[in-house]
Amino acid sequence: MVLKIRWFRGQWLHITFARVVLYVVMIIMVCFTALPLVYLVNTAFKPLDELYLYPPTFFVKNPTVQNFGDLLTSLSSSSVPFTRYIFNSVVVTTCIVICTVIVSAMGSYALVKLKPPGGEFIFNLVLMALMFSAHVTKIPSYMVVNGLGLINTYAALILPNIAVAYNIFLMKQFMEQYPNELIEAARIDGAGEFRIFIQMIMPALKPATATLVVFSFVNNWNDYFSPLIYVTSQTMKTLPLALQTISSGGTSRAGATAAGAFIMTVPTVIIFTIMQGQVMETMTYSGIKG
Amino acid sequence: MNKTAAKKNQQTAASIELHNAKERLTRKERLVIFWRKNWLGYAFLAPFLILFTIFVVAPVVVAIGTSFTNYNMMQPATWAGFSNYRNLLLNDDVFMIALSNTMMFAVIVGPVGYLLSFFAAWVINQLKFKRAFALAFYAPSICSSVAMTSVWMVIFSSDRSGYLNNILLNLGLIDEPILWNTDPTYIMGVVMFISLWMSMGTGFLVFLAGLQNVSRDYYEAAAVDGVHSKLQELFYITLPMMKPQLLFGAINAITTSFGVFDIAVSVAGMPSPNYSAHTIVAHLYDYAFIRFQMGYASAIAVVLFLITYTLGRIVMRLLSTKDE
Repeated sequence: MVLKIRWFRGQWLHITFARVVLYVVMIIMVCFTALPLVYLVNTAFKPLDELYLYPPTFFVKNPTVQNFGDLLTSLSSSSVPFTRYIFNSVVVTTCIVICTVIVSAMGSYALVKLKPPGGEFIFNLVLMALMFSAHVTKIPSYMVVNGLGLINTYAALILPNIAVAYNIFLMKQFMEQYPNELIEAARIDGAGEFRIFIQMIMPALKPATATLVVFSFVNNWNDYFSPLIYVTSQTMKTLPLALQTISSGGTSRAGATAAGAFIMTVPTVIIFTIMQGQVMETMTYSGIKG
Repeated sequence: MNKTAAKKNQQTAASIELHNAKERLTRKERLVIFWRKNWLGYAFLAPFLILFTIFVVAPVVVAIGTSFTNYNMMQPATWAGFSNYRNLLLNDDVFMIALSNTMMFAVIVGPVGYLLSFFAAWVINQLKFKRAFALAFYAPSICSSVAMTSVWMVIFSSDRSGYLNNILLNLGLIDEPILWNTDPTYIMGVVMFISLWMSMGTGFLVFLAGLQNVSRDYYEAAAVDGVHSKLQELFYITLPMMKPQLLFGAINAITTSFGVFDIAVSVAGMPSPNYSAHTIVAHLYDYAFIRFQMGYASAIAVVLFLITYTLGRIVMRLLSTKDE
C-alpha cells in the first residue's frame, strides 16, 4: 500500500502503510510522555472552581494566574516566602554549573593533553565512580561537610556537587577529538598553556560545555537528596523540598502545587530546548569503550 | 703493597662518593625537570582532583571503614567487626523488604526502561521531526521527580475524583476507588510506572546520538552483502557499532534503578505503609540521617556499592570493545 502525494517543488512524497503505523505508534508514545506535562501546564493556570470540578477536566477553560499568587502567599505563614526558595535554588544551581564546567574542562585538558603521570589512574577512578550511585558517598560527605562546619550554608549544597565523574568523563571524551597538532603549533608560536586553554580549547569545547550546563543544571535544580541532608534550616531549603512540603498539604493546595511544579519545570525545558543541538553533538562521544 | 692497596681503596671510596653525589644531584635535577614538565598538568587537574578526592574517593574509603564500627557522630567510633553486616543481612527484616523492593524495581524498571528508550531512539532516528520527537521523549526526565510525582499523584489520586479511579469507575471495572498510594498492593506498581515514565532520559539521548553516528556507508555495504530488512540492519550493524553507547546506557540504568528513592518517598511517604515502598536508599537515609547510626548506614552503603559495582563489571564484560 503506497500513497503518493505531490509535495512542494514537484517532489513526490511516498506514504507507505508501515510508515503511517510507525508515526501513529510514536505519537501515542509521545502522548504518554508529554501529556502529564501538558496537564501540568493546564492545571497551573486553572481557577479554583475548575480545579475541584467533578468529573475532573483536562484542559483549562478560563486561565488565571491566581495559583501563582497562592503559591507566593501559601507558605508565608511559615515565615519563609516562596521566593526565597527560588532564590536559593538559582544561587546554588548557577554556582555548581559554572564551577563544574570550569573544573571539568581544566581537568580533562590535563588528562588528555598534558598527561601528567598518574592521570591514567585518576581516570580509572572516574570510570569506577560512574558505576555506583551517588548515595553511597553521602554519609561520609555529610561527615566532611559537618566537620568543616558547613551545614546550613550554600557551600554545603555547592561543593560536593562540583567534581562529578560523569561530567569530567563527557568532557574528556570530547577533548580527545581536539587535534594535538593545533596545540603543538600554538606552543611553537609561543602561546602559554593557559592561553591555549582559554582561547583555543574552551571555544572548541562549546558543545560539551552546553551539555554539561544542561545536565548539571537539570540534576542540581532537581536535586532532592543534598538539601535534605545538608540543610536543616527553612531559610536554606531549595525548591524540591519546598514543593514537597506544599504538595503534602493535600488537595486543598492542588493549585499552588501545580504552580510550583510549573515553576520548577519551565527552566529545565527551556535550557534543554536552547541547547538541544549541541547536546546531541556531544552525546555522540559519550560511549564507554570498557 | 699495603700502601698502594689503601690508596686504591681511598680512591674507590672517593669515586663512589663522587658518584653518589652525582646521582643525588641528578635525582634532584630529575625532580626539577619532572616538576617543570608536569606542574601545569597537575595544576589543571588540581581543582577537580581535590574536590573529587574529598567528596567521592575519600567517602567511599571512609564508608567502608565506618561500616566496621559503631558511630553516632557524638561519641568516638568503636570497632564493631562484622556485626553491622551480620545484623543487616541476617537480623534486619526491614532491610530484606527494602532489598527485595529495590531488586524488583531494578529488575523491571532497569531493563524495560533501557529497551524502551533504545526502541524509541531507534524509531525516532528514522522519522522526520527528529528534534521535536526527541524533546517530547526527553522532557519528562529533565523534570523534577518531586514535581512530576505531584502531577501523577493527581492522576493516581485515591478518591473518586482521581483521573484513573474516575475512568475505571465509569467503565465499571471497579466499584470502590483504589487507594493507589496507601494500599501496599499498588504502591510499588505506581512507583515503577512513574519511574519508567521518567527514566527515558540520558540513555535515550545517548542512544539517539549513537544511532546518528553510525555511518550510512555501513548500511550500503551491508545491503550489497544481502542485508535488507530493518531488523537485520539493527542486529548486524547498528547494535555492534553502538556498543560503547549501549554500555554507557546500561551503567546509567543500573545506578539509577538501584538508587530509587525520591519518587518512592513522594508517592508513599516515609516510612511507607507496611514498608511497601521502602528501598535500599530509603533504609540508608533512615539509619544515617534520622537515627544517626553511621556505622550501620555505611554497611548499607557498602552493600549497595557492591551490588551496583558487580553488575557494572558484568555489563562491561558483556559490552566490551577494548580488544576491537
